[in-house]
Amino acid sequence: MSVGRRWIVAAAAGFVVALLLPRLGVPTFYVSLLTQTWIFAIVAMSLDLLVGFTGLVNFSQAALFGVGAYAVAIGATRFHVTAFVPVMALGIVCAMVTAAIFGLVALRSEGVGFIIITIALNEIVWGLAYQWVSVSGGDNGITGIVRPHVGPFDVSENTGYYYVCLLSFAICLVLLLVLVRSPFGLVLKGVRETPRRMRALGYNVWLYRYLAMTISGGFAGVAGVLFAWYNQFVGPVALSLDQSTQILIIVILGGIGTLYGQVFGALVVVFLSNELSAVTQRWEMVLGVIYFAVVMYAPGGLVVLVPRLWNRLLGRRTPVTAEES
Amino acid sequence: MRISISAKTAALVALFAILCTGVPRPAPSADAGPIKVALLAPTSGSAAAAGHDMVAGWELYWKERGGKVAGRTVQTTVYDTASNAAHALDQARHAVEQDGAQIVVGPYLANEGLAVAPYTVQHRIPLFLPTVSADDLSQRQASAFVIKVAGWTSSLTTHVAGEWAYEQGYRKVVTLANSYAFGYENAGGFAHTFTLKGGKIVDQIWAPLGTADYTPYISKVQASAPDALFVEMVGADAVHFLQQWSQLGLKNKIPLIANETTTDQSNIRSIAPEIVEGITSFGHFAEGRDAPATRAFIDKYGKAEGVLPSYMATSFYTAAGWIAQAIESVHGNTADAGTFLRAVRDIKLQDSPLGPMVLDQYGAPIENVYVRKVVATTGDAAKYAKTWNVVTKTYPHVSQFWTWKPADYLKQPVYSPSYQGYTK
Repeated sequence: MSVGRRWIVAAAAGFVVALLLPRLGVPTFYVSLLTQTWIFAIVAMSLDLLVGFTGLVNFSQAALFGVGAYAVAIGATRFHVTAFVPVMALGIVCAMVTAAIFGLVALRSEGVGFIIITIALNEIVWGLAYQWVSVSGGDNGITGIVRPHVGPFDVSENTGYYYVCLLSFAICLVLLLVLVRSPFGLVLKGVRETPRRMRALGYNVWLYRYLAMTISGGFAGVAGVLFAWYNQFVGPVALSLDQSTQILIIVILGGIGTLYGQVFGALVVVFLSNELSAVTQRWEMVLGVIYFAVVMYAPGGLVVLVPRLWNRLLGRRTPVTAEES
Repeated sequence: MRISISAKTAALVALFAILCTGVPRPAPSADAGPIKVALLAPTSGSAAAAGHDMVAGWELYWKERGGKVAGRTVQTTVYDTASNAAHALDQARHAVEQDGAQIVVGPYLANEGLAVAPYTVQHRIPLFLPTVSADDLSQRQASAFVIKVAGWTSSLTTHVAGEWAYEQGYRKVVTLANSYAFGYENAGGFAHTFTLKGGKIVDQIWAPLGTADYTPYISKVQASAPDALFVEMVGADAVHFLQQWSQLGLKNKIPLIANETTTDQSNIRSIAPEIVEGITSFGHFAEGRDAPATRAFIDKYGKAEGVLPSYMATSFYTAAGWIAQAIESVHGNTADAGTFLRAVRDIKLQDSPLGPMVLDQYGAPIENVYVRKVVATTGDAAKYAKTWNVVTKTYPHVSQFWTWKPADYLKQPVYSPSYQGYTK
């Protein structure tokens, strides 16, 4: 079997396991945590497109995620737009428009300057959500969001909604994989590696970065929409800087530039923050130590660390490389 | 190479499976066994100090009682909301779906309460809110499953303050509050009744939560030269504001009308007495209230914790007693949520550390509102704190609707920066 074929088999096997999980007697609470995992994996992949493939460390991803979520809430409570397709479209468009505006501002600079501007942009959107009470509900947020029907299916229960998020994740993953393997994706990688050379070759580096940011915003919007339906409420925490940082942590944990690795990053963050907080009051500290350890000892993320540990466990010394990714 | 790749695949699938199933837990038992209570409290994050007090008050009661009521053990698990509404909701899911909690008490912040309430209602789990004071949880979003047991409503205490301020002869007042729901509701309650009497609100200033330097806001107040300042502050903001107000020499120039949280014991205990002595505030609790129920409680709490209780600790202690009484009256049968909730609603406290309390049909207490003044502690209390809030006047039996008919009151929107109960 070629390497490509093996990956398709592995991905298909993983997908089948994921499909079966709610039917295997997994408690409903864990089904809902898994649902959350798919949602955070989508937004982490959207950020990975920028960090891993374009070389842009964007700290405003939570703002785009939050704009998608608020679009659902405001659409439902003010304009009575509640059906799946229109709401999803609204969320994606709002997030993409926001990302396009962010791009105009942030892409005037590179490196640290870009990071600082995106932090500021995230804070501006957070400030709007927190203080524009007549629209956003302020600190209280907006409650009373109802999960829609998807075609003929009622997905208001945990299991049904799990499938919505799993399928959304799978679609986003495939779209992003196609994108990064396309000629467009190759140019992005070139921009990441040596923007100066790409410029010399005649590519409009700014435009490629700008398009990548806008597309990434659309995927973040998908996750935001799913998150609003998941919690059935939206508050300013969803687009806080903390949230942006958490998304970046997922990307780093999972493996920068892998896309699929974000599933593992999201699993660890979602499950650990829920399980640890039940065990100890100092859970955030423990979490910090774990993140630290992963970054120190597995800079490639969990997709590199886990097979290495596995091989060591089996007594194999052959190093596993991430060449096939 | 072939082997290592398949091993890699297997490892990924295995990790996935392990994480998906999580740590196995015993299945929740149905009726027999302990009554499982989930206490949602922010034990980390910005409101961690309040979370600590909530847990301390709750545990003090059950310790006294030996953790048992009507022959059943009450088993409390504390869940950390991390002062974050989304995390609070995750914790509520954990408590209800995974750990089989039959009763949820807490959380602390209004946004946490508003996020958790629809979830517990959906699962028909009683949610008791001793500290979440968001107006709408007992007004426009009231539910049979959500009760402010030993709790309060933000604007309840400040409706009283507005009338009182007018009676003192103040005619021009500025309000200064934090720019979030609790601040809007506190200021709104005050502005509404004060302007109805004929007073004038000359300016309303909103300061972000977490402001360390109040000087610009204070000079804005000064510029309006009001007869008095109505102020709402919580936690560290209260401490910063009170210190700067005094340092800038305004303490004895412009009278302060403070809300409950500004001079709560948890704030004034860390401030020099000369900065806070003499400040008037309005609350549903006063640790210096001269009544046997309050005295006995602050004495017990002082012995256990070494400080005087905040309203958070007192509310959770009182709520624990309230819930225990309800469990007794249904003979330990909490499984029938309808009967149990009726028992909770039927309880009338003749007196409590907070004062007498009954519930209205919306699940909010009708309770005393105290006009309080910060003075030096006397007697045994002096062992635990330098200053405390004593009662100068009591407004008994105050409803969240003040003197309005509920139906009329509910026609107005909830207080927000764009609606403060008067036309500007």
